[in-house]
Amino acid sequence: MKELSIKVSNLSKRFGNFVAVDNISFEVDKGEIFGFLGANGAGKSTAIKMLCGLLEPSSGNAEIAGFDIYKETEKIRKTIGYMSQKFSLYEDLTVAENIRFFGGIYGLNKNEIADRTKYILDWLKISNLRDVLVGSIPLGWKQKIAFAVSVIHNPKIVFLDEPTGGVDPITRRQFWEMIYLKSGEGITIFVTTHYMDEAEYCNRISMMNKGIIEALDTPENLKAKYSSVNMDEVFLKIARGK
Amino acid sequence: MKRFFAFVRKEFYHIFRDKRTLLILFGMPLAQILLFGFAITNEIKNADIGVLDNSKDVTSLELINRIKASGYFKLAEYGNNTESIEESFRKGKIKLAIIFDRDFGKNFQLGKNPELQIIADASDPNTANTLINYISSIVMSFTHEKNINNKISLINTEFRMRYNEELKGVYLFVPGLITIILMLVSAMMTSISITKEKELGTMELMLVSPMKPYTVIIAKVIPYTFLSIINSAIILILGKFVFDVPIQGSLILLMAEIILFILSALSLGILISSITDSQQVALMISLVGLLLPVILLSGFIFPLENMPLWLQYFANIIPAKWFMIIIKSIMLKGSGITDIWLETLLLAGFTLVFALISVVKFKMRLE
Repeated sequence: MKELSIKVSNLSKRFGNFVAVDNISFEVDKGEIFGFLGANGAGKSTAIKMLCGLLEPSSGNAEIAGFDIYKETEKIRKTIGYMSQKFSLYEDLTVAENIRFFGGIYGLNKNEIADRTKYILDWLKISNLRDVLVGSIPLGWKQKIAFAVSVIHNPKIVFLDEPTGGVDPITRRQFWEMIYLKSGEGITIFVTTHYMDEAEYCNRISMMNKGIIEALDTPENLKAKYSSVNMDEVFLKIARGK
Repeated sequence: MKRFFAFVRKEFYHIFRDKRTLLILFGMPLAQILLFGFAITNEIKNADIGVLDNSKDVTSLELINRIKASGYFKLAEYGNNTESIEESFRKGKIKLAIIFDRDFGKNFQLGKNPELQIIADASDPNTANTLINYISSIVMSFTHEKNINNKISLINTEFRMRYNEELKGVYLFVPGLITIILMLVSAMMTSISITKEKELGTMELMLVSPMKPYTVIIAKVIPYTFLSIINSAIILILGKFVFDVPIQGSLILLMAEIILFILSALSLGILISSITDSQQVALMISLVGLLLPVILLSGFIFPLENMPLWLQYFANIIPAKWFMIIIKSIMLKGSGITDIWLETLLLAGFTLVFALISVVKFKMRLE
């Protein structure tokens, strides 16, 4: 039996009369790279916020790493990592200080923080940037460091909310190599993106439109189903309601 | 606890790396106290005056000399006629004019109501008032002295200005400045630093982390509490050693009250940051909603007693008003807790209410 990482059933969020997320259900396996796609306003952010415990659902259930999102938010927070589309690092702190801070709030001790700092600097080959203020580092590097920091406490699941926004193709490629590495280590990756070429890198993709999940499958199956050559076409066909 | 300290340390990095924050934190209090202490003062020395001596005798000369010797006035013009005095007023050469009646000296010797006219330039009412007061007291003591053997009996009034015998402005400015600066640093800086994290999106990161929301808030305000305490110490020390402002009461009580006020300002800051997500708005609310009332309605610059009744009632809900009373009583009168327990209780009450509202508000924002 496969180990489930995320289990969502009939989850909804209503703001007054507006239904942002309408009765969605899906499951994500351990170590899977799960792409969460949809146009702006499709309900992606609302869904992610509910899964991370930032927003209380109106109805429905969800389990994150086996923990209930209503009752066990404490445990969920210790098990997940999060990186948002906005900068996830403090610009006026150096790389090492950022690592120490985020290690600190996830409860790592001094030795663990020293280990993780060395690990991240070696992994990204940025020992020279150790004591450089994050504000003076190029965007692409910042995003890679932010991802490394978001998995500093070895979470079971990491939520990436448009992590590669505004980053050049080469850096995006490197970013995805980092994602593959962590997925290989058994960390579940839950990622939203605007770039359709990135969608192809995911194991499975869900396409959201107007609060509901229109399609959920592997990129290959989706392309076949919508008889498209690439994910761009799939996306457009779904968004236009064909 | 480890998480907590990691956060506090980060907060100190933010503060010490931002030059503007540092300037507001430490530069401004210093600049303000030196400005208020040295430059802006209610006392007037060497005010230019004009004299029109129609009497020209021993008595009038003696009085003029007495006035000159007081140190408050400088004879800028010894006029010959009313027109020249009038012109000097218009040109702003003199602030005050003394006009002796033609029979001033004669009547004075005879004890027959000598007349002296004093005209002040009231385009600046405060100065005019002060100068008139100075002159009156000089004239009064002069009259009294000369009348010892005379038949007119005068009531000898003696004034004492308790708690500030020399009517020094700094006595009021030091407590006032502490109030304003604590309010500014604690409320404004906290609200800005919290909304900054909201704007940058880093607050979200805190909220998905195992840090509890109230830990985030407490860790956020600890550095500002600490710095505010240091700030008030600097102002007190400057006040004491540069401007001779006394601290009559207990220093421990004073610091305890200061910390209580800091807490009330901090909870106001948190409250502001829970209303808005933008640094700009937080800044505006702090300036208009907090700083202005503190300056205008705490009794720092304008006496509350002269305000319309509704405004006086309104001032009652401003914590700074009560803190001003407390800090002045302790510093200048040497009051103990038994004298100011009511004000302290009110201040504590405000703090509690603000803190409760901001905790509830902050929670609501998370759901």
